[in-house]
Amino acid sequence: MPHATNGRTATLHRRELVARMLAERGDMLVISGLGNPSWDLAAAGDNDLNFYDLGAMGSAAALGLGLALAQPSRRVLVITGDGELLMGIGTLATITGPRPKNLAIAVLDNEAYGETGLQPTHTAHGVDLAAIALASGFPIAQTARDEAEFTAALPLLRNAPGPVLVVLKIVAEKLKIVSPPRDAAYVKSRFRKALLGMP
Amino acid sequence: MIETRAAAAEKRAETIHEILRGNEVTIVAHVPDGGHAALIARCEHDPAMQTVVLTTEEEGVALAAGAWLGGLRAVLLIQSSGVGNIINALSLTDSGKFPLLMIVTMRGEWGEQMAWQVPMGRATRSVLEAMGVMVYEAERDEDVAEIMEAGASLAFGSGLAVAVLISQRILGTKKFD
Repeated sequence: MPHATNGRTATLHRRELVARMLAERGDMLVISGLGNPSWDLAAAGDNDLNFYDLGAMGSAAALGLGLALAQPSRRVLVITGDGELLMGIGTLATITGPRPKNLAIAVLDNEAYGETGLQPTHTAHGVDLAAIALASGFPIAQTARDEAEFTAALPLLRNAPGPVLVVLKIVAEKLKIVSPPRDAAYVKSRFRKALLGMP
Repeated sequence: MIETRAAAAEKRAETIHEILRGNEVTIVAHVPDGGHAALIARCEHDPAMQTVVLTTEEEGVALAAGAWLGGLRAVLLIQSSGVGNIINALSLTDSGKFPLLMIVTMRGEWGEQMAWQVPMGRATRSVLEAMGVMVYEAERDEDVAEIMEAGASLAFGSGLAVAVLISQRILGTKKFD
């Protein structure tokens, strides 16, 4: 049975949210999960300090964890989808071992697998990702369903001592693919050059 | 001199720990494992190292890649059964040409008494090699240091995924009687 907040009743649009999350990114390091979140990130503007995790479904949060541990003075933002996070849901437990304060996860939750034809994910049946994060020990985890809640969540994603997880309930919509560079070795070396001065 | 199994494990852990330190490895991602227990304990007590307990091994593959993006070196300590869990995660390592050092304690080979461990033990090397991982295997305790050094050098020097397998012949076969 569909959940009350499913994609059909949501009002927030993913491309706009991602663009606004990154409008004042400063020196933030950004990881995106496979599929639409990576197209959204590319649409907001390719950047040397983006890494697009275009495969290995379920790995974006763990990738962000490793980066956050290596760069404790930089904000690390992981932007991923509900299906991608669900595939590696145990990582929320793993994150609360080291509990990096600089790690934030934004989940673009359209309650559907966007890349494969919008089949419903578990969140469409009521699985509450923010509640799982809270129960796993995240100090801050909440769900934004409208403009006011998104505006309130923005500073949490950017600055609040984490780990932070914000679920953004978005309209399930099929948008034009905006592809980032798909050569991961190039993107990795570019990222390291920009961050560390060496590829 | 005849050493006890525990003393040998402690000495081997000390050797591997020194090699990891020498190769500037500071993040140690692991699952609970008897074969790695002494090494994990040593890393936990090393203020220069951060240990991270994983819920499943593929997290460690991504975590190591993230650490490398941020300028740190990680090691992944897993068991042969866990190699089965990391296959698709290795797409990230291979596509991005990330260095990855894994130390894999073996089950399901030398004298195994638990048949359930055998399928993955038998497949460990071929699964890793199918995903482009370079595999070194230590079957004698006296070879561990040399193989570990070579594995770390290959991983971080050449930017490759490397697995060092440690045989049950070294670790001791688990008894069920």
